[in-house]
Amino acid sequence: MARAISPQKKWTFTILAWVVALILFFPILWTILTAFKTEGDAILFPPAFLPPHWTLENFVTVQTRSDYFKHFFNSMVISIGSSLIGLVIAVPAAWSMAFAPAKRTKDILMWMLSTKMMPAVGVLVPIYLIFKNLGLLDTLTGLTGIMTLINLPIMVWMLYTYFREIPVDILEASRMDGAVLWKEIVYVLLPMAIPGIASTMLLNIILAWNEAFWTLNLSAANAAPLTAFIASYSSPEGLFWAKLSAASTLAIAPILVIGWFSQKQLVRGMTFGAVK
Amino acid sequence: MGKIVLENVQKHFGTVKVISNVSLTVEDGSFVVFVGPSGCGKSTLLRLIAGLEDATGGRILIDGADVTDLPPTKRGLSMVFQSYALYPHMSVRGNIGFGLKMAGMPKDEIRKKVDAAAATLNLTPYLDRKPRMLSGGQRQRVAIGRAIVREPKGFLFDEPLSNLDAALRVNMRIEIARLQRSLGTTAIYVTHDQVEAMTMADKIVVLNAGSVEQVGSPLELYDRPANLFVAGFIGSPKMNLIGGATAEPYQAATIGIRPEHLIVSRDGGGWAGTISVAEHLGSDTFLYVEVPGVGLVTARTPGEVSFHAGERVMLQPDPARLHRFDKQGQAIRG
Repeated sequence: MARAISPQKKWTFTILAWVVALILFFPILWTILTAFKTEGDAILFPPAFLPPHWTLENFVTVQTRSDYFKHFFNSMVISIGSSLIGLVIAVPAAWSMAFAPAKRTKDILMWMLSTKMMPAVGVLVPIYLIFKNLGLLDTLTGLTGIMTLINLPIMVWMLYTYFREIPVDILEASRMDGAVLWKEIVYVLLPMAIPGIASTMLLNIILAWNEAFWTLNLSAANAAPLTAFIASYSSPEGLFWAKLSAASTLAIAPILVIGWFSQKQLVRGMTFGAVK
Repeated sequence: MGKIVLENVQKHFGTVKVISNVSLTVEDGSFVVFVGPSGCGKSTLLRLIAGLEDATGGRILIDGADVTDLPPTKRGLSMVFQSYALYPHMSVRGNIGFGLKMAGMPKDEIRKKVDAAAATLNLTPYLDRKPRMLSGGQRQRVAIGRAIVREPKGFLFDEPLSNLDAALRVNMRIEIARLQRSLGTTAIYVTHDQVEAMTMADKIVVLNAGSVEQVGSPLELYDRPANLFVAGFIGSPKMNLIGGATAEPYQAATIGIRPEHLIVSRDGGGWAGTISVAEHLGSDTFLYVEVPGVGLVTARTPGEVSFHAGERVMLQPDPARLHRFDKQGQAIRG
């Protein structure tokens, strides 16, 4: 029997949900509003919610002072590049773990996940030195590489849970139909796994786009993505709230748009396998 | 051509022996059914023949060629799965033609062959649909179409009818048997349903705990079961198996009598008992009779004979139809 929900309860939960959502969204909204204020209005006390004098000046300053589009380009290269390279490695890895598991497959999966539990700063010095010696500091190659590596465990895990949902009978049927391994993957597995691969890729793009620790520590001027662009506005020369907000707004805008349009995919991706 | 020979085939999963030393010959063009209780290894044996599992020992020969170490793609067999295993992202046309596409056949030829197969299976109106838009029976026919279009050396069926409802199952049973005879292709069919086995097979292989208990035509197994297991497994309702003092006069450890070979009367000779349940099926009536000292005995009478629960009856076994088994459960002949 379906559980009966009284209209009263329904209203309470709806209001509660809106309140929580607004609390979560408020900092982002505040940042966006502040981006349209003058520096003076931004530090008003008591603060003004809506900008008393709407202005686009901050966006112009930010672009002329630190070239938004260059950082945007770097972010694109790092996030999309690391996602594509990651998929090339993660798809075969997840295939073998899901369909040809060995005795230690579970252990390997756990071990991969455990690397994500380690604080990144713990390996900063060795990785910094490796980057320095290989000449990878402040290069797009280096940043794309490290982003691929740190997100690879998540990609393999996500694809693994997706692939596990695909009935092995269908793959066996393709083998009986004469499909050799690569044809089985290209003609049968991949088309069936497209939703899973798409949401894995999307999530990875978002994670790589937002990643700040490694991008800040391993880049300077040439390869700096948008995270470094934002960080450059919290400078010792004084706080420029309005400009910092404008920079932040510009940096999060693309990912907000992608996230908005793909929210269905993302939710499905993250809850996949939880229920049959 | 499609003669399939198994020589001492074994399969172990770790220390568990799933198949132990199975030797078997499936003649070209014959319809062979593997039957047995769940977990007896019949599906595993089929998968070994398909190449989806690797044999631990022994040899598998198709038309005299050793295929034991060949992958499924190189064995020239096709398989129908219990779950149908259709490709959900392909149309019916794509599903049926997939094997031909993999074989690199030209598109025109694939189209012709798929059209012909679809016509045989009454699937022509559905060729452009996706599997999810089909009913269970139609899906099953697509799976069969996919198997026949490749003109394989043999068909392997893994409990293909168990997901269908009872009426459809009977229709498909007849359809599959007819199709196999008209194509003349060797078929191996796995089922746990002994009615399917009896009605479809030229030859039945009864499996139990990974070994072959008996191989023979349906009536051979029915009339001359080699041991207690086959005697109890083949036939519905089950053969009455009676041990102890009742069996002694027949110089056997256990005697078996099929329900239809008991003469039921109100005042004849034989075992006296009380009917505990009477099942009226119309054509037949099954009587479950409690006989003191013997136990519950099942008897089958024509439908028009009116016995009812609580009545006292006499059960007289037909001596010519009595089966005798020794202590090891093997049939005593002669």
